Amino acid sequence: MSDVTTTAAVRASGVEKVFPTRAGEVHALSDVNLTVAAGEFVSLIGPSGCGKSTLLRLIADLDEPTAGTLEVFGKSARRARLDQDYGIAFQQAGLLPWRTVADNVALPLQLHGVAPRARAARVAELLDMVGLADFADRFPDQLSGGMQQRVAIARALAERPNLLLMDEPFGALDEMTRERMQTELLRICAETGAAVVFVTHSIPEAVYLSDRVVVMSPRPGRISEIVTMRLDDTAGRTEDLREDAAYFEMITAVREALHGEAVVLRGVETR
Amino acid sequence: MSAATATTAPAPPRPRAGARAVPSRIVAPVAVGVIAIGVWQFLVSVVGVSDYLLPSPAAIGAELVRFLPAIVSGSAVTGGNALLGLLAGSLIGILLAAVAAAARPVNHMLAPIVAALAVIPIVALAPVLNTMFGADSQFGRQAIAGIAAFTPVFLGTLRGLRQATPVHRDLMRVYAASPWQAFRTVTLPTAVPHVFTGVRIASSLAVISALVAEYFGGPRGGLGGLISTYAAQSAYARSWAFVVGAVVLGLVFFFAASRIERLAARGVGPHR
Repeated sequence: MSDVTTTAAVRASGVEKVFPTRAGEVHALSDVNLTVAAGEFVSLIGPSGCGKSTLLRLIADLDEPTAGTLEVFGKSARRARLDQDYGIAFQQAGLLPWRTVADNVALPLQLHGVAPRARAARVAELLDMVGLADFADRFPDQLSGGMQQRVAIARALAERPNLLLMDEPFGALDEMTRERMQTELLRICAETGAAVVFVTHSIPEAVYLSDRVVVMSPRPGRISEIVTMRLDDTAGRTEDLREDAAYFEMITAVREALHGEAVVLRGVETR
Repeated sequence: MSAATATTAPAPPRPRAGARAVPSRIVAPVAVGVIAIGVWQFLVSVVGVSDYLLPSPAAIGAELVRFLPAIVSGSAVTGGNALLGLLAGSLIGILLAAVAAAARPVNHMLAPIVAALAVIPIVALAPVLNTMFGADSQFGRQAIAGIAAFTPVFLGTLRGLRQATPVHRDLMRVYAASPWQAFRTVTLPTAVPHVFTGVRIASSLAVISALVAEYFGGPRGGLGGLISTYAAQSAYARSWAFVVGAVVLGLVFFFAASRIERLAARGVGPHR
């Protein structure tokens, strides 16, 4: 386990993804090079069609790259998936509606043969972590969207992954719920020490959560810039940050990177 | 206007939800039924529509009481045939749909057969099967009920087995679930409500088919056979009494199947 802290969580080099369609080939990703360190929070941001979700699906081994290499903790993405090295949360919570909240969180543990008693203990711990201990016996359709998403995050954390993949998990939530979830996510990440790859199209969200923001552009999908957040350590961030001048500076930096303007702000590095 | 308002009793307060008041969804159909039967009786006994054109509700009621044992035993025969056919047809439908969902070539092989079964006219098949399996066998009727039940169950199951959402399928891949685990965890629970919707539709078809099949020979004693026998004897009121029995039998099947469908859907439906 010790090498987990030194090996990069994700290492992509020269990754290409081409989707064959009836209208010809779609170049979804072109020459993507990205390293996510262990414990690092990296957001992928960009307009629709920039390939940010595709990149996440490649890391998760839900799709395979057309060319290039992709390593997760030094192994192939497939090996990492089979070894359950990552947890994942989608834009839709994707809970099984016929299972209770507790049974949904227990799903990965159950599929991987964890004994019922250990399972129940872990589920209780996770529901406590996401503040849903009182809702263990409810069904998903009895919960609000934000609560469902918290259940999905608890499920993603069930097997203590060192990497968390999140595809716009807060995209369908209202702004207030969203901000609260962001703060909770930072707290959970600080507790678990997991690296996170977080897909979003919200600039403030990316800035608030991340160590680095990867700015992508479409046709073909590629990384146009990586902006390092000159902010407090992610573990130490609180709601106060949302009114901090440094926060607004970083928002401006990411926005300018997105719009392809010359960036002269300090604290921005182009890779 | 004001005088009319003054003489009218003040409107009672709207009953709150959960208050003990007979809801209009019960009152309305009962009222329609009572009025319809009243008009019917009026047409026959006052206007004088002749008995063989339209037997009066009272006459049908009298025959219903007189022949109740025969109606009950006839329902048992017809209902038994329908139930057996429904169970066998559903079972075969579910099994074949599972195979068709698992293997695309099998689906392509089955599609024309299912289409053919769906359009088989019961009235054409009944005399053939009755002759094939002999005049003292109920098998022909059960087979016809089974054929009628098969198609909706097959189609419902096949549809249900394909309803698993992409996010659930992704989730199973993420968890490196075996095909059997994925089937048990996601595919099957998603399909179950669709299967039982098919069974609900099939339940009515099975009763109607079992009943109609009796019109074309074979052993006596079922509701369908007795309806045609008494109609042939011009005992119209008695014939109608057996029709009432057939309606009740059909409703019993329909409501039982609807109840099972609701129970199955509870697994995936709202839990409020």
